[in-house]
Amino acid sequence: MRLTQGTFSFLPDLTDEQIGKQIDYCLGQHWAVAIEHTDDPHPRNAFWDMHGAPMFDLNDAAGAMYELAACRAAFPQRYIRVTAFDSTLGVESIRIAFIVNRPEHEPGFRLVRQEAPGRTVRYSIESYAVAANPEGARYS
Amino acid sequence: MIASALPEQTTATAAGPPSAGGSVASALADTGVDELLREFDSELIGLAPVKARIREIAALLLIDRLRRERGFTAAGGPSLHMCFTGNPGTGKTTVAMRMAAILHRLGYIRKGHLIAVTRDDLVGQFIGHTAPKTKEVLKKAMGGVLFIDEAYYLYRPENERDYGQEAIEILLQVMENNRDDLVVILAGYKDRMDRFFESNPGLSSRIAHHIDFPDYRTGELMQIAQRMLDAMHYRFDAEAASVFDEYLRLRMAQPHFANARSVRNALDRARLRHAYRLYSHPEADTSDEALTTITAADLRASRVFAAAEPGTQAAQ
Repeated sequence: MRLTQGTFSFLPDLTDEQIGKQIDYCLGQHWAVAIEHTDDPHPRNAFWDMHGAPMFDLNDAAGAMYELAACRAAFPQRYIRVTAFDSTLGVESIRIAFIVNRPEHEPGFRLVRQEAPGRTVRYSIESYAVAANPEGARYS
Repeated sequence: MIASALPEQTTATAAGPPSAGGSVASALADTGVDELLREFDSELIGLAPVKARIREIAALLLIDRLRRERGFTAAGGPSLHMCFTGNPGTGKTTVAMRMAAILHRLGYIRKGHLIAVTRDDLVGQFIGHTAPKTKEVLKKAMGGVLFIDEAYYLYRPENERDYGQEAIEILLQVMENNRDDLVVILAGYKDRMDRFFESNPGLSSRIAHHIDFPDYRTGELMQIAQRMLDAMHYRFDAEAASVFDEYLRLRMAQPHFANARSVRNALDRARLRHAYRLYSHPEADTSDEALTTITAADLRASRVFAAAEPGTQAAQ
């Protein structure tokens, strides 16, 4: 199942050149670009792992692309996204986040039904990517 | 050279279609680099070998661009990492600043900014601190020029556990792999840079352009002084100009002469004396003339003349 999260996620995957142009746009807006990765693409998982500190003083996309290449080399089978942080007073938040790397096989999510009193059913989803690894293996 | 041949060629090809083999001049006019080079030539005094090399680089980039438009590609762009060597005050930093603008105008670098760093900005203080620090600086410089002043401090042979070596290795790697993203310019004094390259041959061979900045001659220093005074809205009176010429000759013979920087310092001190002279004679007039004119006496008070005195007496 193809993960659709963040900006551009319904488009075909961006090429490196396109990623560079998007990053250039972000830098032009004076946003700080950061690179994050995770193995758990659950939509409510707000806390992806940071690959290095956000890059506050970049002038050109090449610097971010350099870090992206390093992140891809280290975690080829993880989701990697580029985020851009706007430090303007009153915003101070992520303006844009888009996926730039996906694992070869995206297992998707399992729907979990929980029986509750009075024949109520509570639903939740769980990423197979997380369930695939046995206990203790994820954070080793 | 291309720029000198410019005027007649412009007129010859003004009407021709650009794709069917336009002239070098028309391509040059598009980039506006000619104007920049001319400015470079007229605003910086002396430095003939430096100017010649920069002209060559500009020419190469321009012709490369024309070739690319016609589909003749050379694998990878030319390597433009440079090393500026020369005595203090010979204009290394000034030229590096200009270089960023020229390379940007020629389209070789994308943003045209210059990040000037020294050892402190690259080398960390503890294990594991250097690599992120160096990479941070390199990322910041990408799209522009990274200027490493006094680069020989990166390598400290007396301390084998010095982290400078690590910074050099990362630098080398990025210089090689991200050649299209940034231009690295190293600068330093000639003898120490030579020793630095001896111990880091990999670095020397990755730098295509070793440019040596010659010392200025007296006449050139005089022109520089004149230029500085104009910028500060001062002027020499007739006698002061010849006294300053004499000052330069004496100062050049002394140790620690730092070319244009020494000229700047001498002028700054002359300004102090000029101000104090006016201050200590409150009855003197404060016409524009008096406020802008540095006289021979302001220069004569310099220590350089005092130091030369015993020598001249001995000669007599």
